[in-house]
Amino acid sequence: MDLIRAHVMVCGGTGCTSSNSAGVIAEFERLLAEKGMDNEVKVVRTGCFGLCEAGPVVIIYPEGAFYSHVKVTDVPRIVEEHLIKGRIVKDLLYKEAIEEEKIKSLDKVDFYKKQKRVALRNCGVIDPENIDEYIAFDGYRALGKCITEMTRKEVIDVILKSGLRGRGGAGFPTGLKWRFAYNSQSDKKYVCCNADEGDPGAFMDRSVLEGDPHVVLEAMAIAGYAIGSDQGYIYCRAEYPIAVKRLQIAINQAREYGLLGKNIFGTDFSFDIEVRLGAGAFVCGEETALMVSIEGNRGEPRPRPPFPAVKGLFGKPTILNNVETYANVPQIINKGWEWFASMGTEKSKGTKVFALGGKINNTGLVEVPMGTTLREIIYDIGGGCPNGKKFKAAQTGGPSGGCIPASQLDVQIDYDNLTAIGSMMGSGGMIVMDEDNCMVDIARFFLDFTVDESCGKCAPCRIGTKRMLEILDRIVNGQGRDGDIEKLEELATTIKSTALCGLGQTAPNPVLSTLKYFRDEYEAHIYEKRCPAGQCKALVSYKIDPDKCKGCTLCARNCPANCISGRVREPHVIDNTKCLKCGTCIEKCRFGAITKG
Amino acid sequence: MPMDNKEKFEALDRVIDELKHEQGALMPIMQRAQEIFGYLPEEVQSHIAKGLDIPLSDVYGVATFYAQFKLKPIGKYNIGICLGTACYVKGAQLVLNRLEEVLGVKAGETTPDGLFTLNATRCLGACGLAPVMMVNDDVYGRLTPDQVPGIIAKYRLAEKA
Repeated sequence: MDLIRAHVMVCGGTGCTSSNSAGVIAEFERLLAEKGMDNEVKVVRTGCFGLCEAGPVVIIYPEGAFYSHVKVTDVPRIVEEHLIKGRIVKDLLYKEAIEEEKIKSLDKVDFYKKQKRVALRNCGVIDPENIDEYIAFDGYRALGKCITEMTRKEVIDVILKSGLRGRGGAGFPTGLKWRFAYNSQSDKKYVCCNADEGDPGAFMDRSVLEGDPHVVLEAMAIAGYAIGSDQGYIYCRAEYPIAVKRLQIAINQAREYGLLGKNIFGTDFSFDIEVRLGAGAFVCGEETALMVSIEGNRGEPRPRPPFPAVKGLFGKPTILNNVETYANVPQIINKGWEWFASMGTEKSKGTKVFALGGKINNTGLVEVPMGTTLREIIYDIGGGCPNGKKFKAAQTGGPSGGCIPASQLDVQIDYDNLTAIGSMMGSGGMIVMDEDNCMVDIARFFLDFTVDESCGKCAPCRIGTKRMLEILDRIVNGQGRDGDIEKLEELATTIKSTALCGLGQTAPNPVLSTLKYFRDEYEAHIYEKRCPAGQCKALVSYKIDPDKCKGCTLCARNCPANCISGRVREPHVIDNTKCLKCGTCIEKCRFGAITKG
Repeated sequence: MPMDNKEKFEALDRVIDELKHEQGALMPIMQRAQEIFGYLPEEVQSHIAKGLDIPLSDVYGVATFYAQFKLKPIGKYNIGICLGTACYVKGAQLVLNRLEEVLGVKAGETTPDGLFTLNATRCLGACGLAPVMMVNDDVYGRLTPDQVPGIIAKYRLAEKA
């Protein structure tokens, strides 16, 4: 075997792939082969490192040099300087990864310092398309331990005691779900994995599937053993082609090694897994709808009870857990429930992955212990809002969640606290908004989403959310009326208490939470016909300050509507009747003379 | 060599034979059919219904429920501008407006020359690059409306070449 002296880890997650990490990998491989170094330097395409903002990301070991924004044209220099001459290319390193000429280890970098990677443990560390690398990191040990040393009841007890709760959003205790299914008597039971990550702005499940697919397979097999099932289904979004491909590779490898299939580890336990693709319906993230969809039908939810643990997929007892939930299971078995329960808050144990996006400097995936405050995530890890803008709100829980204002930044994040302040954990999307974002428009954006995705089965959701959207549309278009706010509140309360499934019951949350914390913005739209954030076009007009304008004509030359006029070196004016409110003039003006309001 | 219509239906028959005994086979068959035909015209839907011995209304019901299934042919270049939350707060709507302007069609429509289909899509999960757009498999990130005409021109030029 060749002695590998250096490893070049290149992120192959979706974010970095989109910024051409595949080209970077190909260039490394080409140059290393050309120089005859491909037997001493190994290029590994890993899963997501988390810091998508810095992508494509390359880490070279043994030094641990963290290169960011790597372009194909940078690769020859890295090969020549770093890999051949041993000199780190400092100007290509991630800005924070170097301190007084010395490389800083990754866990000292601000973005990673406060993180604790449990579910994302292997992402960015192993090659997700190689089962041996997963096994080298204790992979499939937990499965072996369960089926050869533990009874089914013991497995369920460990999960129950660990305090693991569903990471898909609602936070139902995982062990309890397993116990219900264990207690159901049936000739056939199913284990399902919800990989239909539909919340806009959440991509942690995708990163686990892309970076560590075997952990999901192992956990599903453990669940299968625990409840007495021999068949699993992973319901994955078709929009995630890389994840689907890696899952399929992982399943084939696991079958080849006898870790899936008949008589696993020589016992009488058999378990196999099939991947089913979603087809673009948000409601299929709801458990009963998901199962109906796997059955091949329109993904409409049905009333519960009976709960899936009693009557689920194809009418048989079924458990359904989310990807991130499964990603915790093997480590709980290996390290014990006490270890897991030692992290987090009283009622929310372990860690949670958040997808940090929107108006934030370090966009990407972060995993923190439950109980971390929003302030730590947004400022210490995320680096705050770009361009010195003021933080306004963080949206969690997607279309089912709410907006958390600056006054609540010190709340410790866990399931119960987030619900108490009018949002919810959801699957972990966290979108940051700054002073330029209009909260009424954000509420409208989410309602628009819900109306589009409502399956139409029950009237409160089908008709009620539509009526709410109509009111919000009116408000942002400057036609809000006295009484609109009260009508929104009344509709919201009715929908919450009468809709059939989780989608409808939580659909009003974005409106209710913005009304709770940003009522003044609604009032400004309705009574003063004014959008305080300057975002709602119908309520905004642009003005040029004649004292600041130097008459450079730059704005007029760039205006797509030709609505700015004025002589050279004289103050210009905007004709607001023709203005498209595109904002180009503000961007172009070098004197800060143009304002909107 | 692209398949002619007869070969496409033969390919569909092989898919139906392969999958029809599995539980819940309808959606996987429709997904494969869409790969073969590019969309699901009525004759393909009724072919599937016959092959599985189920009513055509079941197939049509599924086809219209899920956003992924297309009942009309799509353009050679399928443009998907992400309107997920992260992209939206970073101005994806402005990019979409410019796309509609440059292409002369609304979201969900195809240009008369059959080249471009414009879609506003759900979150693509590349939030770190927001706002994001895909043209077939090419991803464009950190977009501004100003980049739109250049990107479209690139594909138009490739067509002429």
